[in-house]
Amino acid sequence: MAKTVVLERKPLSLSERTYLPQIATGLKTTFSNMFKPKVTLQYPEEKPVIPQNYRGIPTLVKDPNGREKCVSCQLCEFVCPPKAIRITPGEVPEEDLDREHVEKAPQEFEINMLRCIYCGYCQEVCPEEAIFLQQEYSSSGYSREELINKKDKLYELGGVLPDKHYKWDKKKKAELEGNSH
Amino acid sequence: MIEFMQSLEIWQILAIKIVFALMMIGAVMTMAGYSVLAERKVSALMQGRLGPNRTVLPIIGSVPIIGPFLQGLGIFQPLADGLKFLFKEEIVPGHVNKIYYYLAPIIALVPALTTMTVLPFGEFFTGAGETIPLMLADLDVGILFILAVSSLGVYGIVLAGWSSNSKYPFLGGIRSSAQMISYELAMGLSLLPIFLWVSKPGVEVSALSLVEIVNSQHQANWLLLVQPVSALIFLIALFAETNRLPFDMPESETDLVGGFHTEYGSFKFGIFFVAEYAHIVIGSAIFTIIFLGGWHFLPWMSDPWPANWVGTILGVGWFLTKTVGLIFFFIWIRWTLPRFRYDQVMDLGWTKLLPLALANLLFYIVLVTWLDQSAL
Amino acid sequence: MISPKNGKVVPIVLDGKDVEVPEGINLVEAAALHGKEIPHYCYHPQLSVAGNCRMCLIEMGTPMRDRATGNSILEDDGSPKIGWVPKPVIGCATNVSPGMHVKTESKNVLDCREGIMEFLLVNHPLDCPICDQAGECRLQEFATDYGRGYSRYVERKNVKPKRTRLGPRVTLDDERCILCSRCIRFCQEVPKDDVLGFVDRGSFSTLTCFPGRELDNNYSLNTVDICPVGALTSSDFRFKMRVWFLKESTSICQESSAGCNTTVSSREGEIFRITPRRNDHVNDSWMTDSGRELYKSVKSSERIYSARIKNDSTTSDAALLEAIQILKGKSLGVVGSCKSSLEEQHLLAQIAKKTKAKQFLRGHFGEDDGILLSADRTPNLRGALITGLTKTYPEDHLSALSLAIQKKKVNAIIVVGEDLLDSKVDQALLSNIPVVFIGTHENKTSRIAKVVIPSLTVFEKSGTFVNRGFFAQAFNQVVPGPAGVLPDLNILARIKNGLVEDLEQSADINLIWDEMSSVRNSVLKEVSFTQVKKAPVLLNGSKWSDLPFVEKDALHYQSSGKIRVKG
Repeated sequence: MAKTVVLERKPLSLSERTYLPQIATGLKTTFSNMFKPKVTLQYPEEKPVIPQNYRGIPTLVKDPNGREKCVSCQLCEFVCPPKAIRITPGEVPEEDLDREHVEKAPQEFEINMLRCIYCGYCQEVCPEEAIFLQQEYSSSGYSREELINKKDKLYELGGVLPDKHYKWDKKKKAELEGNSH
Repeated sequence: MIEFMQSLEIWQILAIKIVFALMMIGAVMTMAGYSVLAERKVSALMQGRLGPNRTVLPIIGSVPIIGPFLQGLGIFQPLADGLKFLFKEEIVPGHVNKIYYYLAPIIALVPALTTMTVLPFGEFFTGAGETIPLMLADLDVGILFILAVSSLGVYGIVLAGWSSNSKYPFLGGIRSSAQMISYELAMGLSLLPIFLWVSKPGVEVSALSLVEIVNSQHQANWLLLVQPVSALIFLIALFAETNRLPFDMPESETDLVGGFHTEYGSFKFGIFFVAEYAHIVIGSAIFTIIFLGGWHFLPWMSDPWPANWVGTILGVGWFLTKTVGLIFFFIWIRWTLPRFRYDQVMDLGWTKLLPLALANLLFYIVLVTWLDQSAL
Repeated sequence: MISPKNGKVVPIVLDGKDVEVPEGINLVEAAALHGKEIPHYCYHPQLSVAGNCRMCLIEMGTPMRDRATGNSILEDDGSPKIGWVPKPVIGCATNVSPGMHVKTESKNVLDCREGIMEFLLVNHPLDCPICDQAGECRLQEFATDYGRGYSRYVERKNVKPKRTRLGPRVTLDDERCILCSRCIRFCQEVPKDDVLGFVDRGSFSTLTCFPGRELDNNYSLNTVDICPVGALTSSDFRFKMRVWFLKESTSICQESSAGCNTTVSSREGEIFRITPRRNDHVNDSWMTDSGRELYKSVKSSERIYSARIKNDSTTSDAALLEAIQILKGKSLGVVGSCKSSLEEQHLLAQIAKKTKAKQFLRGHFGEDDGILLSADRTPNLRGALITGLTKTYPEDHLSALSLAIQKKKVNAIIVVGEDLLDSKVDQALLSNIPVVFIGTHENKTSRIAKVVIPSLTVFEKSGTFVNRGFFAQAFNQVVPGPAGVLPDLNILARIKNGLVEDLEQSADINLIWDEMSSVRNSVLKEVSFTQVKKAPVLLNGSKWSDLPFVEKDALHYQSSGKIRVKG
């Protein structure tokens, strides 16, 4: 056990007891602060620098071929702590040659920004790398409905992100190069 | 001066006085308004911020360079603040004593404005080589008048606290009255050595006249240098009387919400607000007059300006500069020191300042007596 | 298959522990009885053993004996020497024998499992985000528990058709299939409709229907349930909801008197699917496809959501008051329903008894498929017999009611769910007498009834059905009922309280059970709802053995009035 040491406090000198020198020191400090650079950010005109891994508004992204990546697996809906995400799954029609093998895509995808807590779990859990919390941080509206981001809005906010895996393209290639049965 | 006055009809004198009075009210109120801005700006600068810089008037703001510059200084902010107070919804809580509730802010402001009637702020050189002090009323007992009237200001606060019929304002009011009584004593005692000094033998002036006090510092020591202890006590007491930090017991947001003005809103609150800053302005002016040589240039130096209207303007300007410097000092202190605890305030007033002021008085009595004797 | 013959037990040594297991069962079951899991895909307790997935490989051995003397060979320390089978054997096809030694957790076994998992996953697509099986997939579970955790396979995976239609209700994803043949065996053995088979060889192997056939029998969706992976999917449930969102409640299928035990999955008050629940005395692990569709009636457009008095909407409370006013003092006719729960039938019978009303009951009949769709298309006809709602076996019409009205013996009617106009009762007869209709869905009678009181479907209330084998089986509330709709028990209890000057009738299901079981000579004697909720209770139905029950011999059921429990 740590030993407790009681330190004797030195008695204050006369000048210390008047507090006047301390006040003078304090005044000096505050005065010198007046001429230091200011930290205020003039917000609407100046925007803060958003770090690379910032967690802004959750968005849906498309792959470089412009196809939606989300397959509505609903893991984000499951993991979302405030239950802000609501997905209605849907089937990709077989005739859609652009999205061969994909089969499933969200019919409707809603993120309720009034509920979202920007925790980033949805991005973390997404197996298709389709949902990203990007750098947009300012979201406002005049009604509750406006703040429920629908699928169109989510894709508009998300844009296109580079895909490292090209899962579906690889599958297509495998099919074309003789692995098809 | 007297001949000049005698040559006028009574209504002319009255008219001149009213015009002067309005001008002074305008000046003091403007200064009070801008000290609010100064407070916000200075605190911002000390805290590494920028302070108000958004308010702008339509036309002036669009002038290139000057407009944005003024906007950056926040020059228009007091206007916006004043308008805000005017247009806010007037809310009167149901549990207050209506008459005193409305009366309180008025009582708080009136003494602050009344004090300035006896404040000299410069001198006017007539063609005949005479100098006439610039003031509304050249009272022989000016300093007594100021002490008497300015301490009335506390009634506004006590009344506000009491009539609000609510615990926080009530506590604020009580603290305020106790604080006033404690520091009034020290303040009065700190001034006595001044009178002794100014009206020392061989000087044929009334030491209670502010003009004479100022003039006694012309080409001589400032009283600050002669009587530093008095100046210190007076300054501390002045802080206490104006309810400024570190003595803002009646307000003390951290423990009393808003203190005496918790239940006040809109324009009534605005009046309290302005009264506080008017007190600061007047207090700074008084300190300048008594201890800093008023409109005179520097200790032991004769005024460098000519004895004509140019000199008058420069003198008044110099007086204002000193006052503004003191206002800055008030603000500076506020954003440097934390608030005292209530018992510390009482302790400082009664067991430190009062004995110190008495000792100071005794010392000067002995000193002046000794000088007196040796001069004979 | 579990078949403990004559209740005999045999001693075996499971992972070094002496245990006793029923004679004749296989090692997968034996291990499961003692809390050891032997993973398996192709083995299903209610199907024949195929042994083609190789997942259940274990090490097995028997104590060695000297050929010459027949004495046990001992180790140096005196324990018997075990002759381990040099290669691992499959647990599903190995039955227990006395003294058998089994290792389910040895290094060798774990290596086997890891290898099998790796082979199974070689061509398995990374489909989990899309796959409906995700969350209840054996491949996922065993890959986590026994897999190696990463893939060494760098070659391209096979690409196979993803949405082959096997039948009207089943879709096949060929890539996901691990060729366990459960579905093939099911079709052969349970519905006896041999339509599925494997074609091609090696990695080309594919499940397919026989030429010109499709998987369209009424049990096709059971293949989806038993598919250990996501290869067979229900076209109805496909891509509707992930299983981890679903709240599962136990229920009883109300399609017919077979009384299949079911699990009903719902999310936030919406039902998504019905799946069978294993009950070895009633339905094994199966149920009909038609029974799985019944949840759609909950959100049907014909559903009655608000009470009506003479076609004006009102609250259930007002309608109840009006109904009591109308019925009070009249010669009542009570038309019960074989679709009501036992408790509701009891309350209705009590109302009839206390008001000296005439009771009428209609049966609903159809084709019997000899498996789990019986000819009696109501879930609780035997409940009506038990509660005394009818003494005779009901006919498929209500001519008796017609006759009673004509003879002026009935001048007010309470109907629970039945359609009178559809049951040989003339509309003209009904125009003069007030009808109070209690039911969930609109029919011709509800449209002419004076007072309509909405009630709850099976999925929205709890109760008991007695199936064809006289098993009393409890069903639980799955989803909340529509706002403002009272449970049937409350409706009936309030009507009874309004009509009968008697002790206050409680609508509490446990108290009703107390009432029912306290009736003299009741077959429900000493049975409580808590008991029924825990497990189906077999009631003694010999009292009614003379009645002409229409059910044919079927799975776990033998007609001729004699109730028999198949071992």
